[in-house]
Amino acid sequence: MPTLHTDRQYEEELQQLRAKILEMGGLVEKQISDAMTALIGRNSPQAQEVIARDHTVNYLDVATDESCTRLLALHQPAGRDLRLIMTSLKITTDLERIGDIAQNICERALELNQEAPLTFSSDLSRMAEWAQSMLRDSLDAFVREDTSLALQVCQRDEFIDSRTDELFREMLTHMTQDPQSVSRATRHLFVTKYLERIADHATNIAEMVIYMAKGKSIRHVSPPPASL
Amino acid sequence: MEKEHQLPTHAASVSLPRPSGNGATTVGDEQDIEIQIRDACLFYGKKQALYNINMDIGRHEVTAFIGPSGCGKSTLLRCLNRLNDLVDGVKVTGSIKIDGRETIDPTLDVTELRKRVGMVFQKPNPFPKTIYENVAYGPRILGVSNKARLDEIVERSLRGSALWEEAKDRLHDNALGLSGGQHQRLCIARTIAVEPQIVLMDEPCSALDPIATTKIEELIHELKQNYTIVIVTHNMQQAARVSDYTAFMYLGRLIEFGKTDKLFTTPEKQETEDYITGRFG
Repeated sequence: MPTLHTDRQYEEELQQLRAKILEMGGLVEKQISDAMTALIGRNSPQAQEVIARDHTVNYLDVATDESCTRLLALHQPAGRDLRLIMTSLKITTDLERIGDIAQNICERALELNQEAPLTFSSDLSRMAEWAQSMLRDSLDAFVREDTSLALQVCQRDEFIDSRTDELFREMLTHMTQDPQSVSRATRHLFVTKYLERIADHATNIAEMVIYMAKGKSIRHVSPPPASL
Repeated sequence: MEKEHQLPTHAASVSLPRPSGNGATTVGDEQDIEIQIRDACLFYGKKQALYNINMDIGRHEVTAFIGPSGCGKSTLLRCLNRLNDLVDGVKVTGSIKIDGRETIDPTLDVTELRKRVGMVFQKPNPFPKTIYENVAYGPRILGVSNKARLDEIVERSLRGSALWEEAKDRLHDNALGLSGGQHQRLCIARTIAVEPQIVLMDEPCSALDPIATTKIEELIHELKQNYTIVIVTHNMQQAARVSDYTAFMYLGRLIEFGKTDKLFTTPEKQETEDYITGRFG
């Protein structure tokens, strides 16, 4: 258990920063989950709700930035506090982008709902589950400062990338066989790419968690190290 | 006949071989070591104030000593120019070498040592004399009496301490009329007038306002081109800003010594982490 800061106000502000990141993380997880439900269930009202809620994610992004700026200006943080703030600044951007992706999925859902359903399954649900589990684990790793879980998330990204390629190929085959489906299948392809981007953002978060906990950067290391 | 002011030449200093296998906290393989401290202990009577300090300080680097009050950082700084000799009952053991010459040796000429190792104190202490005489004081004691030579030293030193532009038209005014920040820069000019190798600074900005502090910090960056600087500061942000290497001390022990950017972002030791993040005690 880390020792508490001698400046209680500072300690409290750091706790509030962590809480903001978690609140934003929780909201973004819900946005993705609702967006996928709306897409698969062809539920337009639910898709519109997700789009309307994106401003809350944006608000939390700005609020987190402001908290970080305030902490940097007033407390001149060092060591682990500095790393927490740097990590928060980066994580918040990734979370905000994931929020945008949820909105994008819903926009595609609304478009798809104007047309007849596809006659083939594109296995987007499984892909979404993988991406969501990476996001969940990266946020858990942040809360628990669990670097082995964070490293696992980074290692899982490669699987998502290869699965995306497979899905692309499958969709192209369907499109060739059924040219009428091209417009709808292309939208599914977009969603596949969106989910792959969520996994990338979750990987970015996990990499920053490793930096926060160990002061070690594994960003842009491909493939990620087997151990830390 | 005038005795010429003999200044130590930095080029003549000895480059020490890298220490190995003696538990020393070294700062890098490439570095030219100027101050080598080995197993240094200091006792005030029976009370031990420093415990087995091992440290290598590089030439023309700025090294900061940080730590809570009473951790021994000023005591260690004062070991470097034997200023602790002025305290009754002080005993130092181990080895503190400057350019390979042992400074703990009781037969050492302390005046000669202090000429090579200048010091700037927490509270600026200009003499109640003119600005010119403050700077010329040291060289005069060392035997320089030629007016042109003294003028040259005064100008060079005041330029070196970034005070020349403010003082050049009032060189013969009383130095006590200067501001606090100017006093401190005058003291720095007085220190570098005798061309030391090393400048020790004990909390040089603690009595100054932020603008004067910034000027001294800028000056430290410039001075390190020609001098090795060791600074004690309570202000961790200042240590982070001005120094190349930082030593964290606690209860008379050297806890961690390393590159400043590393020590302030990813320190090795928990005690250092706790201190720099304000989780101490």
